[in-house]
Amino acid sequence: MSMITVKNLRKSFGKVEVLKDINAIVQEKEVVCVIGPSGSGKSTFLRCLNRLEEISGGEVVINGQDITDNKININKVRQEVGMVFQHFNLFPHKTVLENLTMGPIKIRATEKSAAEKLAYELLDKVGLREKAKSYPGELSGGQKQRVAIARALAMNPKIMLFDEPTSALDPEMVGDVLEVMKQLAKEGMTMVVVTHEMGFAREVGDRVIFMDGGYIVEENEPNELFSNPQHNRTKAFLSKVL
Amino acid sequence: MDIISAAIPMLLKGLQVTLYIFVIAIILGFIIGLVIALLKLAPSKILNWIAKVYVDAIRGTPFIVQLFFIYFGVNSLHLVSLNSTTAGIVTVAINAGAYFAEIIRAGIQSIDKGQTEAARSIGFTGAQTMRYVVLPQAFRRMLPTITNQSIISLKDTSLLSVIGIADLTQQGQIQASATFEAFKIWLAVGVIYFIIIYLLTILANFIERRIQLR
Repeated sequence: MSMITVKNLRKSFGKVEVLKDINAIVQEKEVVCVIGPSGSGKSTFLRCLNRLEEISGGEVVINGQDITDNKININKVRQEVGMVFQHFNLFPHKTVLENLTMGPIKIRATEKSAAEKLAYELLDKVGLREKAKSYPGELSGGQKQRVAIARALAMNPKIMLFDEPTSALDPEMVGDVLEVMKQLAKEGMTMVVVTHEMGFAREVGDRVIFMDGGYIVEENEPNELFSNPQHNRTKAFLSKVL
Repeated sequence: MDIISAAIPMLLKGLQVTLYIFVIAIILGFIIGLVIALLKLAPSKILNWIAKVYVDAIRGTPFIVQLFFIYFGVNSLHLVSLNSTTAGIVTVAINAGAYFAEIIRAGIQSIDKGQTEAARSIGFTGAQTMRYVVLPQAFRRMLPTITNQSIISLKDTSLLSVIGIADLTQQGQIQASATFEAFKIWLAVGVIYFIIIYLLTILANFIERRIQLR
């Protein structure tokens, strides 16, 4: 069953059309990596998948629900779709533990004790249990991003969206974050990852989408796409980044 | 000195009135400010416009004119009958509300958009995002400016004496003319205002330090 179906998606900011005609399908448990030059629309594409950007045209179906339909409760859909941002966006006035428990407690009315139990399990998973009582300001970038992943997982989502999760990190922090994401992929999470980490896309991705100028130029299995790109624009991009 | 010590209890009675009006008005003013700030940020041109007119009207007119408008002007319509204390509280609240609105709006806008996006992506509604994520952070940033505006409003209450409210300033006037000791009485009134405002500043600094620790 497809978890995400995107048909003829268009997105404009004023007169500038950023996404021109995007069609894509993501299957359950699939890990899709989206690559492309900056300004290609890949982040906007990702942000349309939970309607952080209002959609200008087309259809986006998430787990059976068309989120372009104004009658659906977008907040409900977003509970099932975790998102990880380039700049982490942890809540600085809350402890790490509270960052993880806030959603379940306030939105799902989960008991505090149950929410904390789950939070500690997730912190174990990302290797940060001892930071539970710390505030985000006391963490390194890599630790913040792992907390951000745990916070998204605390809502028990069916899909995880990653928007350049390692781009703002010091190089030595990147590995830890990618490791957590690999683990997540192994456990069968459906993931869409906008990334510049070609190594990750190659190793973990089931499929790689190359975007440029608001279009999906090419998509394929990672090995095929990286070793045998079909389009000139893909070739030009890969020659610069590989 | 006996004259002064006899006057002090009356001045303190006036202080009670001043503080009573100040506390109620500042709480009301904060609520008004919050509502107006949210109207200013609402995705509706009409609501934005209402908030803008309110803030501009208050900022563009002197406090004393607002006070006379409410106490004499509104009362002259005979639709409601506001006693002087109520009119005083309403004026200070409405006045402070306009300034608080600008402070709160700026505070909300100073919070990174990523915070809202993160909260919304978890599934929080717009209102929950405001309540649990944006406002708590904005409030920390606003606190020094809110303290400042509160002090201005406290001092503005001294103007309420002109509509006959028996506040600290009014009691000062009464005692000054009764005792013919204008210098000492007004010095005493000034010292009392100063002490109250100083205590308010200490309280604000204490709160600020506590919430900054996190």
